[in-house]
Amino acid sequence: MAAVADRPRPGDPLDPDAAISIRGLAKRYGAFTAVDGLDLDIHRGEIFALLGPNGAGKTTTVEICEGYRGRDAGEVRVLGEDPADGARAWKARLGIVLQSGGGDSQLSVRELVRAQASYYPDSRNPDEVLELVGLTEKAGVRSRALSGGQRRRLDVALGIVGRPTLLFLDEPTTGFDPEARRQFWSLIRSLRDLGTTMLLTTHYLDEAEALADRVGVITRGRLAAVSVPSALGGRETAPAVVSWTEGGARRTEATATPTAFVRDLAARFDGEVPDLAVARPTLEDVYLQMIGEAGR
Amino acid sequence: MTAVRQESGRTALPSVASVYRSRASVELKEFFRQRESVVFTLMLPVLLLVVFGAVLDFDLGSGVSFTQYFMAGIIAAGILGASLQNMAISIATERSDGTLKHLAGTPMPKSAFFVGKVVQVLAVTVAIIAVLLLIGVVFYGIDLPSGGDWLTFAWVAGLGAAACTLLGIAISSLAKNGRSASATVTPFALLLQFISGVFFQFSEIPTWMQTFASFFPLKWMAQGLRSVFLPDALAASEPAGTWELGRVALVLALWCVAGLVLCVLTFRWQDRGSR
Repeated sequence: MAAVADRPRPGDPLDPDAAISIRGLAKRYGAFTAVDGLDLDIHRGEIFALLGPNGAGKTTTVEICEGYRGRDAGEVRVLGEDPADGARAWKARLGIVLQSGGGDSQLSVRELVRAQASYYPDSRNPDEVLELVGLTEKAGVRSRALSGGQRRRLDVALGIVGRPTLLFLDEPTTGFDPEARRQFWSLIRSLRDLGTTMLLTTHYLDEAEALADRVGVITRGRLAAVSVPSALGGRETAPAVVSWTEGGARRTEATATPTAFVRDLAARFDGEVPDLAVARPTLEDVYLQMIGEAGR
Repeated sequence: MTAVRQESGRTALPSVASVYRSRASVELKEFFRQRESVVFTLMLPVLLLVVFGAVLDFDLGSGVSFTQYFMAGIIAAGILGASLQNMAISIATERSDGTLKHLAGTPMPKSAFFVGKVVQVLAVTVAIIAVLLLIGVVFYGIDLPSGGDWLTFAWVAGLGAAACTLLGIAISSLAKNGRSASATVTPFALLLQFISGVFFQFSEIPTWMQTFASFFPLKWMAQGLRSVFLPDALAASEPAGTWELGRVALVLALWCVAGLVLCVLTFRWQDRGSR
């Protein structure tokens, strides 16, 4: 299974071709160990979603990669460089969308994006970026007059105007309504089509499933699993659950061969099986099981 | 394919000077477009000048009115507001709302942030002094400095603003956010104004308060500016009997050094609580 081989083992050398390569990463805050021996490679051009409960070490790991935090042990290379060295030329290749955006600026949306562009060597045209995130009509408005979703799109505009090779998105759609989330997803996909590598952290499993090429689950500072979303936790080979109504009661059966089972059911009922449903474990099911096991 | 083109298209980083210009423009817009900061920092000294000038128009001797004395003090207080109070509150706000963290994640040279702030302080300081002088001359018959006094005016204002800017940046790191910075710094600045010879004649203030005020820059800024606005005959009523310009320069320079050391030791781009 490619998804298994994709994951570096402790002691493997750093991958020089990866956008992000992490070996044996550890970070402690006093007595609390936030990251406890983490190994991960994120390939160029992929969207990688990092999942995990609050306090599992997601944000710490991402902020070490962004150069905001130091580490206590391990090796990290982001675009080939150690984030702890963090030179300007290296930062020019990153885009960072933090969990909480900036404050109430007196500048208009366009002025903010232009100022941000002035820090970068090869920035995108600010007006084209506003078009891309759908804020053209709000270009002349001050940021505090934006709605929550528009404010977040401004954060993304600021993150991508420098034409990043690698974009960090920390919980980008928290507080979005479903429609705004769909629009945001299509924006992220268009950035992928432009070749941008993305590291996404999110609490929304549907978001990870819709966007990510691969997902990683962090629990207690360790990577519990890395996989394509459809195969996380052995999801694609896990038993399916067949449920139906018989004799006035709801019946369920977990089976590795749901097709054969349904065929038998159909024969028994001589026609439609009442309230028939066949379900595979969702990403949420396997995720909750994983973090539940880690919690015990 | 696109990814390859993206990377090979890199050019040299923008020049430091161009980022300085960009940050200066951002900081000027941030200040002058914010009604609260313009009202409190710019208009409050003007209002105080108007009220004090109208009410406390008594004679100090040698034909000098209190308004002439107050002119020196209110300019010193205006500089304190434009530099120390402004920096402490605005940077604490920008730290707690994530603006600083955001900037630290960009390739902006760190020095550009401070250059932008210095340009802002300079612009606000010059604006305050210009407006106060204009109103003083037009409505209250203030005598403008003459000859070499302008030079004294320039170095006292410049050195005082520098010391207070550095101190304000250092203080911003102690506060949790802009509101707590304001709640701490504003009353303290007001206290200093009362005991440093802004609202009352410094010679009328109890000695122990004079001593306390002498530890802080405002007293020395006001004293240096009195040498600019008052006739030298009035130097006799200063506690030392002279304007002590050498000591003014020394104390303000020491505060510059202390402020710079504190800035270097304490400045943070992120909230302490964040992790």
